[in-house]
Amino acid sequence: MSLLEIGGLTASYGPVQVLHGIDLHVEEGEVAVVLGANGAGKTTTIRSICQMVSTKGSITFQGQSLTGKSTSEIARMGVAHVPQGRGTFADLTVVENLEVGAFRRKEKNFSSDYDFWFGIFPRLAERRAQLAGSLSGGEQQMLAVARAMMSKPTLLLLDEPSLGLAPIIVQDLFQRLRTIKDEQGVTMLVVEQNASLAFSIANRAYVLEAGAIALSGSADELKNDDAVRKAYLGY
Amino acid sequence: MTTALDATSVSIEPFGIGRKIRRRLEEIGIRGVAVTAGVFVVLSLTFVAMDGLKLYWQRFLDGLANGFIYAAVALALVLIYKATGIINFAQGSMAMFFTFIAWVLSRQQSWPVWLAILTAMLLSSVFASGFERVFIRPFDPANHLPITIVTIALLSLIDGTAIYVWFADPKAFPSPFPSKPRQDYVDIFGARVFYATLGIWITVILMTIGVTLLLNRTKIGLAFRAVSSNLESSRLVGVNVGRTLQFGWALAAAIGTLAGCLVLSDSRTYLEPSFMAKSLVFAFAAATIGGLDSLVGAVVGGLLVGQMQTMIGGYVHFIGSDLVLATTLAIIIIVLLVRPSGLFGKVRVERV
Ligand SMILES: Nc1ncnc2c1ncn2[C@@H]1O[C@H](COP(=O)(O)OP(=O)(O)O)[C@@H](O)[C@H]1O
Ligand SMILES: [Mg+2]
Repeated sequence: MSLLEIGGLTASYGPVQVLHGIDLHVEEGEVAVVLGANGAGKTTTIRSICQMVSTKGSITFQGQSLTGKSTSEIARMGVAHVPQGRGTFADLTVVENLEVGAFRRKEKNFSSDYDFWFGIFPRLAERRAQLAGSLSGGEQQMLAVARAMMSKPTLLLLDEPSLGLAPIIVQDLFQRLRTIKDEQGVTMLVVEQNASLAFSIANRAYVLEAGAIALSGSADELKNDDAVRKAYLGY
Repeated sequence: MTTALDATSVSIEPFGIGRKIRRRLEEIGIRGVAVTAGVFVVLSLTFVAMDGLKLYWQRFLDGLANGFIYAAVALALVLIYKATGIINFAQGSMAMFFTFIAWVLSRQQSWPVWLAILTAMLLSSVFASGFERVFIRPFDPANHLPITIVTIALLSLIDGTAIYVWFADPKAFPSPFPSKPRQDYVDIFGARVFYATLGIWITVILMTIGVTLLLNRTKIGLAFRAVSSNLESSRLVGVNVGRTLQFGWALAAAIGTLAGCLVLSDSRTYLEPSFMAKSLVFAFAAATIGGLDSLVGAVVGGLLVGQMQTMIGGYVHFIGSDLVLATTLAIIIIVLLVRPSGLFGKVRVERV
């Protein structure tokens, strides 16, 4: 049984259907990426998992159906979601953002977790008492990842972490994501437009076109697929 | 080349710290605060020059008592506004109704007055929780108009019920503070401050400290601040948004009820179904001038409006006491023209 299994997923905004029957699965411990152009339905797919849009079809996580559950229940089950645009709590400080990230955990004191994540993202340590709204885009993305990881999730969903960031910052961020993958053993589903970045951490890949899966396979297979290379890698 | 760079970085460093502090101060609207404080000092000096220090001091302290009550009501309004983005138009009516309950318990059931007040606060929280669950939660929290209309409906329902049950004739509310006339006051640098007034200051200050601790030191408080800051992200970290907003409604209701009882602890005001109206308008004004989304702003705004009220009534004779409210509102409109988000309110800047 896969950690996350999606079958025949359709999703709509009001009368407009944007996903047309998606099948996708993520195995425990692996990183799966969903590639696709702007408007392909990547965000909608990831929002469907957290039941932030109305969906039909099946979504199971650890064998339990997620359809019909509330977004916050799904978060408490161990699904952490870094939304497109980062979803920073702008009026809370950096440390408070981390604290609220740990909301589903029962413990009271998270100082060793703070230290750990400040070790991974030293930029955040310097700004720990600052309001998160005053951070740069890159710092907010790091904070969003650390905030999500504070919940000790089983599954981490990342929606276009590279969006709007300078290339050098994106490289740095993905390096740290690889570290997190290797050291924390958290399963990830990453949505990206930037295919070469995505392939750099992925085990499994899906290509989404106009709300349907056009291609799927292991990351290595897709990386060398001619169509994928032309359309997404540019060579 | 290297030396030039080093020189710049050295000269930038202290500058950078200065900028950091300045940015921090800008976050809390320091310019508006400085200008307001400046105007306040200049006007105060003028008033002292007009009628002497002693009278000014007395009026200042009188204004403080009103100000603390407006601060409390404004705090209740801002709590709801911060979390939900709506003005609870029923806030004053709820406070009025549960002040009546406190009156029933203390006068008709002969409970000790503080026990009656605390019980009424608790009952108002229970009522607000239930009301939130049944009439607010079914609506999409992002859609403000229906919820606003629900609060207006609640306002008319409560007002009607209160008149139906208790009629419109004024009733004396037992003061929660020692209040034998002409006797129970302290002398603060030559000004008379009655125990009731002092009691209002202390009660509101303690209440504000309590609310601050609740919001900053507890898990539900953190959830409340998270929901106020970013609704969608709160759901994504597992916060139960409905229950958190319910907590906000309950807290605001209790604060409102306490404020209602405090309004009446001044022996010149009697209990009747419209007794909160004036305080509510001044509290709206206070919340607006302070910045509707700022709890600090609510308190500062309340104190400021209390001062405006006493000082305009006391010193600007051609305006007269009937026009104090209109004049206060006019001043507030001018402030908002200059600073639309209020003194402490957030000027929303989206970063990408
Ligand atoms: N809130 C919305 N209301 C209506 N249509 C939407 C909404 N969000 C996205 N869409 C549409 O759904 C399609 C997929 O969008 P999205 O999932 O955001 O794509 P991606 O993340 O791949 O760029 C697009 O055609 C977009 O216009
Ligand atoms: Mg997207």
